Amino acid sequence: MSAAEARPAPHDPDALFVRLVRAHRDLSPEESRRLDAALVLLLAEALGDPVRLEAAIAAARAALGKPVEPPEELRE
Amino acid sequence: MRRVNPVYPFRRPAELARGHGTAPLVVVGAGVVGLTLALDLARHGIASVVLDDDDTVSVGSRAICWSKRTLEIYDRLGLGQRLLDKGVTWKVGKVFFGDRLAYEFDLLPEPGHRMPAFVNLQQYYLEEWLVEACTASGLVDLRWKNRVEEVTPRADGVELRVVTPEGDYRLDAGWLLACDGARSTVREALGLPFLGKVFRDRFLIADVLIEGFAMPAERRFWFDPPFHPGQSVLLHKQPDSMWRIDFQLGAEADPEAEKDPARVAGRIRAMLGPEVPFELEWVSVYTFRCRRLERFRHGRIFFVGDSAHQVSPFGARGGNGGVQDADNLVWKLAAVLQGRAPESLLDSYEAERIPAADENILHSTRATDFITPRTEAGRAYRDAVLLLAKDHAFARRMVNAGRLSTPHSYRESPLSTPDEEAWAGGPPPGAPAIDAPLEDGSFLLQRLGGEPVLLVFGATSPTLPGVRSLSAPAEGLAAERWDARPGTTYLLRPDQHVAARFREPDPGRIAAALERLWGRARGEGTLR
Repeated sequence: MSAAEARPAPHDPDALFVRLVRAHRDLSPEESRRLDAALVLLLAEALGDPVRLEAAIAAARAALGKPVEPPEELRE
Repeated sequence: MRRVNPVYPFRRPAELARGHGTAPLVVVGAGVVGLTLALDLARHGIASVVLDDDDTVSVGSRAICWSKRTLEIYDRLGLGQRLLDKGVTWKVGKVFFGDRLAYEFDLLPEPGHRMPAFVNLQQYYLEEWLVEACTASGLVDLRWKNRVEEVTPRADGVELRVVTPEGDYRLDAGWLLACDGARSTVREALGLPFLGKVFRDRFLIADVLIEGFAMPAERRFWFDPPFHPGQSVLLHKQPDSMWRIDFQLGAEADPEAEKDPARVAGRIRAMLGPEVPFELEWVSVYTFRCRRLERFRHGRIFFVGDSAHQVSPFGARGGNGGVQDADNLVWKLAAVLQGRAPESLLDSYEAERIPAADENILHSTRATDFITPRTEAGRAYRDAVLLLAKDHAFARRMVNAGRLSTPHSYRESPLSTPDEEAWAGGPPPGAPAIDAPLEDGSFLLQRLGGEPVLLVFGATSPTLPGVRSLSAPAEGLAAERWDARPGTTYLLRPDQHVAARFREPDPGRIAAALERLWGRARGEGTLR
């Protein structure tokens, strides 16, 4: 099997967006949060690459205008 | 049943007549850790004075889960069988989310170990037995109602001012072991800060007498159960039909109101159902911290147990960590006091036990973050993990209702000799010895004792001064667990951790490793 054959078809951007939103349609805000968390956990596991996960977290925080690392937690 | 704690008599110390006296070694605090230190020192032939401001053992069960390694240490000290006989042995843990089982674990799935994964026993029993054993040793001067008021470090010792019901006296200690807990007087006197994290959530802890309660001896943990919504609950079985229940209360709970017996009884009734009769034995409300001192040795003063480091109760790492501190320190102190090793050996106490404390704090902090999420996002991820756990192995591994105490492996220890040969398994340098049954029905760990031992598999050991040797067959469970072939040789420390290992019993290399074990290594690349 060649590399080209192994690669799944790319996402249709519009379809992907609609699909993610649709997955929340019948959920309460709390259930929605849980669903997103479950999705992130499943996707992180499927990705299986801590380096790419770190890059994604950094990119997501940057998109929100936040530094990569949040400030230090409470210390006595 | 109402438990009545023993009351130990105050005896007028001889120092009161003159106003002062001396003692080569003083332990502050007759809790589990202080008493364990004193008993182990006595086993090494060293006398100690133990000062305690109270006159009894712990009130309430306190630390209850004694881990395999701790049980092995008490076996060496002569209390192992008693712990097994009286305590509740368990190894299975179950985690529930809502009313559903989310995850189940077995902490010791293989047979062939003298000690089980855990024994539950109220701290007061262990302390009573330690007091008995210390007294029987004839080397421990236990002084109840002797409170340390002032601590003045000197170059060659520590000056103490001790207050008793019949007056004060000065005690000049050669060495001081501070085992006086999280609110250590010794630590306060030295002005040493803790580094770490404080948690806001309050927890209710109760010892509950439930006769004939049909629940297996296992650890049960509930996230968000129907009988205590939005919070967590932990259940442990103890001897005497006594059950230990921890209820998470949240950060806003009023500690005084929560201690009201009627209110506590309501929570327990909701959990057990209306038909189960019970009696409250002890109730307390607590918060906790995950933190430690920057250094555990300050000249002639050592901090051991909770005075040095504190963790949350999830993981049973407080009591066990303290006992393992004691196990690490005693043989070194005994060797230095008896002139068998240089004083620098004592520096390895914190070189080894600070990483151990950090490991305990890391696990304890992570478990607490999982159990008491502080943000909406944290809670969503926690709940998602619990929901995924049923069908996804990766999520089961993320369920953290406490990673239960395992002994620290002293990987970077200055006392270890690094491997030079190839090993496919077995305990590496710094790791604790692994138990296995022997042909005569005894267990390997029972044969090690509290001195350095050369464990040689399937070959004759060389005769070396200062080390006893023990031979084991090169086939069988012990050989398998130690990755042994004929000639494989392990050098074990008095605390039963591995100092070095070799494929052949080469006297020259063993002698060098033995020097290093005692902190006598010289030259480059030795003491780090």
